[in-house]
Amino acid sequence: MSATLFIDITLWGSVAVLGFMVWRRGRAVALSSAREGAMDFINIVPRIALGVIGSGYIAAVIPPEVITGWLGPDSGWMGVLAATIAGAVTPGGPVVGFSIAAVALKVGGGTPQVIAYVISWALFAFQRLILWEIPFMPAKFVWFRAAVSLPFPFLAAALSMAIGKP
Amino acid sequence: MADAPKDPADDSAETEAPRKKRKPIGWSMIFIAVLVAISVVLVWRRDGVHGVTEILYGDLALFGEILPRVLAGCLLGAFVAEILPHEKVSRALGPESGLKGLLIGTAFGAILPGGPFTAYPVAAALLTVGADFGATIAMVVSWTLIGYGRAIAWELPILGTDFTIWRILLSVPIPILAGALGRIVYDRLYPKKGEAE
Repeated sequence: MSATLFIDITLWGSVAVLGFMVWRRGRAVALSSAREGAMDFINIVPRIALGVIGSGYIAAVIPPEVITGWLGPDSGWMGVLAATIAGAVTPGGPVVGFSIAAVALKVGGGTPQVIAYVISWALFAFQRLILWEIPFMPAKFVWFRAAVSLPFPFLAAALSMAIGKP
Repeated sequence: MADAPKDPADDSAETEAPRKKRKPIGWSMIFIAVLVAISVVLVWRRDGVHGVTEILYGDLALFGEILPRVLAGCLLGAFVAEILPHEKVSRALGPESGLKGLLIGTAFGAILPGGPFTAYPVAAALLTVGADFGATIAMVVSWTLIGYGRAIAWELPILGTDFTIWRILLSVPIPILAGALGRIVYDRLYPKKGEAE
């Protein structure tokens, strides 16, 4: 609750500060800039609607229990691979993703595998891609960004294996 | 990433430069729509109409909650595009910005307030005012991996301090590496005037 309040305050605070900076460049600039932002908003609403409502149904088809099964204590590189795929297909928001990681740690998942899972979730979670990244960014950029990010859950797992436990 | 020919007449910018060509309904959205339609049918066959409407109402509530933040994010994106001068951005974050550009992108992503509703509109704005794919990748990846917002709100309480700090430390090099890899691949995929000298 307080976290979302904090987010809203910093968010609208930033809007106010930047809006003021634009305003100082003149009324016309500020108005056209605000109109630009509002038009973006109007354009994006249908995409967000599809994303929000759609990912709810996709999430319902992929229950979290399925994901947890992928993150068992089987360690090694196959475990890292499974964790990376699991991170990408994890439905829901941060609570689901991090809770699954916490469960995996509890039932004996290795740290490198769970780190690969969390990083993969942060980089590729389909819900965030569908709901946020694709509506706002050029699609070409999104796919490019995702493709280029592919090695990194593995790299982080390798680092974690090399350095050992915290 | 260390390749830095002169000529700040940025090239990636001219593909994106004209302020906002709004996105047409692309294949990505069609793909998602198909995926959603299939999922709706699966939910309906499993849980009946009740299951379908239950998800619909829950998600509509979420949608209503998100909308004001999306508006704020769009305004933020537009203001950022207005305030940041094109030449400066393409010098600091453009294709010729080198390692410094990737570092700036990483730092910017790490300190950006808010959630996805700010990160993506602002990243899109940076692309339109002259940042290249590499620096923007660094920013987006940095926001998602080492940004403090999600870590403080969710990761710390659920996964604990040790794990979170460890995970973030391991993540620190990733935005820079991803941005550098992005530039290398981009140059291979879309060779511009590089060899035309």
